Amino acid sequence: MTTLLTNARLIDPETASEFRGSVLIDEGRISGIIAEGDTLSQADEIIDCNGKCLAPGIIDIGVKVCEPGERHKESFRTAGEAAAAGGVTTMIVRSDTEPAVDSPETLQFALRRARDVSKVNVLPMAALTKDRAGKEMAEIGFLLDAGAVAFSDGDAVNRNNKIFGRCLSYAKAMGALVIGHAQEPVMSDGACATSGPFASKLGLPAVSPMAERIQLERDMALVEMTGVRYHVDQLSTAVSLPVLERAKAAGLRVTAGVSIHHLTLNELDIDGYRTFFKLKPPLRHEDDRIAMAQAVASGLIDVICSQHTPQDEESKRLPFEEAASGAVGLETILPAVISLVHAGHLDLPTLWRALSLNPAKVMGLESGRLAAGAPADLVVFDPDKPFVMDRFKMLSRCKNTPYDERRMQGAVLRTFVGGTEVYCRD
Amino acid sequence: MTFTAQHLLGIEHLSRDDIVSILDLAEQYVELNRQPHKHVDTLAGMTQINMFFENSTRTQSSFEIAGKRLGADVMNMAMGASSIKKGETLIDTALTLNAMNPDLLVVRHPHSGAVDLLSEKVNCAVLNAGDGRHEHPTQALLDALTIRRAKGRLHRLSVAICGDIAHSRVARSNIFMLNKMESRIRLIAPVTLLPAGIDQFGVEVFDDMAEGLEGVDVVMMLRLQRERMDGAFIPSTREYYHRWGLTAEKLSHAKDDAIVMHPGPMNRGVEIDGEIADDLNRSVIQEQVEMGVAVRMAAMELLVKARRDAKRDVGVMV
Repeated sequence: MTTLLTNARLIDPETASEFRGSVLIDEGRISGIIAEGDTLSQADEIIDCNGKCLAPGIIDIGVKVCEPGERHKESFRTAGEAAAAGGVTTMIVRSDTEPAVDSPETLQFALRRARDVSKVNVLPMAALTKDRAGKEMAEIGFLLDAGAVAFSDGDAVNRNNKIFGRCLSYAKAMGALVIGHAQEPVMSDGACATSGPFASKLGLPAVSPMAERIQLERDMALVEMTGVRYHVDQLSTAVSLPVLERAKAAGLRVTAGVSIHHLTLNELDIDGYRTFFKLKPPLRHEDDRIAMAQAVASGLIDVICSQHTPQDEESKRLPFEEAASGAVGLETILPAVISLVHAGHLDLPTLWRALSLNPAKVMGLESGRLAAGAPADLVVFDPDKPFVMDRFKMLSRCKNTPYDERRMQGAVLRTFVGGTEVYCRD
Repeated sequence: MTFTAQHLLGIEHLSRDDIVSILDLAEQYVELNRQPHKHVDTLAGMTQINMFFENSTRTQSSFEIAGKRLGADVMNMAMGASSIKKGETLIDTALTLNAMNPDLLVVRHPHSGAVDLLSEKVNCAVLNAGDGRHEHPTQALLDALTIRRAKGRLHRLSVAICGDIAHSRVARSNIFMLNKMESRIRLIAPVTLLPAGIDQFGVEVFDDMAEGLEGVDVVMMLRLQRERMDGAFIPSTREYYHRWGLTAEKLSHAKDDAIVMHPGPMNRGVEIDGEIADDLNRSVIQEQVEMGVAVRMAAMELLVKARRDAKRDVGVMV
């Protein structure tokens, strides 16, 4: 079975270029990239992209699917549907479920559920410590054998440097990737905004942006000590960037992500105590947002993620301090980050370096590229199509998006996973 | 100028004219409250519910007396002891009470913004009696009335606010108030008790009492909460009293006729010297309490009238 996607504007993050052409898919893999003017191959099926963009599917590191434990918030089925509609072809799912994915048995349960019902690829993280409690190491070896692609205790930051250091050493010896969260936990405790005049006016408990840098400095010291491969799930403040830059310059095996929310929103959005904008880490100053966008453009920040975190209405319809943190993002990642292109921060190939190529490199995947031999995980999209976000039209089970009623640009038209079409916009 | 606000959630969104309307009406109630017969029928037949999710004696009784003097049926709900303990959410509690058709809800809550949230879910007037570290509008209004009666005006005064500004909703509401009234604001506090970015609120910030109090017309002292005295914000109460407690010596830097205010309850010997608090020539602390009842009567009457007018307008349009 061969499929030819013709008449497309190809976005190639590897060569940082875009050009008109076609992609030939054979047996679930890309078998050829044909530039415009070259002879088109024959194919069983031909799909005309009508001049719209064709890029590798998004690889989203850090998606929360609430299985096991809270399937009323999100299941592998609904997350898979949301991902397909959002152009996300691989979800690296988090371990902070109820119970945490900290044993091979739980991991296998999640994988089985994913294989049975998810429309897109699912690769699971496992907890670094049992119950993410930071005291006893999880069975890193068994978990690797069972299919864990990374180890993370999520936002449960380990305060014990001795134990955390041992976990990193052990993970290093196993060749495992560790994903960390850079927020100093004592300073951040109870904070739901970034300290400054705006949080002071609202009277909300707030944390200094320095809390992120302090933890990142500690983590970098432990990475240097152990030599582990380390990915920071999301950075959000300008003061952290020099630390990351120094670590990379020193040759530490470190990469870092940023969430779509910290790239497109700022602290002023929480005005009126709007809990859909309550995130962890909290939204930052506009200068931080711009610094993060520039860091994505320069390549200092490697990865953009949605930090998809479903929360039901009940956990958001509370006073701001009591409300749950987090926002869904699978279906908004593409239009959200395309706003950075429209704002002139970067071009589409640079954006796709952070959306597909770098995440694939961090996770050691073959996908994320527009190259012969790579899995045919692809997204066709119109970067200019305007729309008004309506959260009740989302496929994710929880509708907690901060972009509700926002004017956005960028629509996913088709999504392919392993050459099979999993989404087509009507 | 008509008063059109539907709720009293904070000073920030009140206009200058709204503030003046409340204060002018409150003056009349000050007179009434000094008569032997202190009762009018403005709110006769109406129901006022006081919901205090945080303990309060002064504010709650002040609102209760205000409502009763206006003729309303007043009910106090001790929220700490009831539904919240059973796991009911704030919104459900609000909807339950709303179904009983109250006309006024007076709400105090430990979390900033909680009263705003509640006001969106009910169809009666909501008065914020203090939400977290956010606002305490009736306190700022009673302070304004006290100042206006002592100084004859609210503009072009120099007002010092001293103490735990970081955790104080009283300070925030007064900063909004005094800025709207075009007075100068000086904040005096140890740096650990100042909120981040406070210098952008249209205030001057001082660490030193003598310097900050130089030539001011009004000295507002704030209460230092007991839980801030454990060494994490200030080293000790005696060092705090030495540097930031209001004593006769420090007060001598203010104008000779400067008044001394405190929202209560006071910690004598921590933020204020007992003799100054009791000095009838300087301290207006008891008058603040008196003004509190009058200001709350005025605010409740204006809110009820504004709602009635809004309803009538809708009726005309239909």
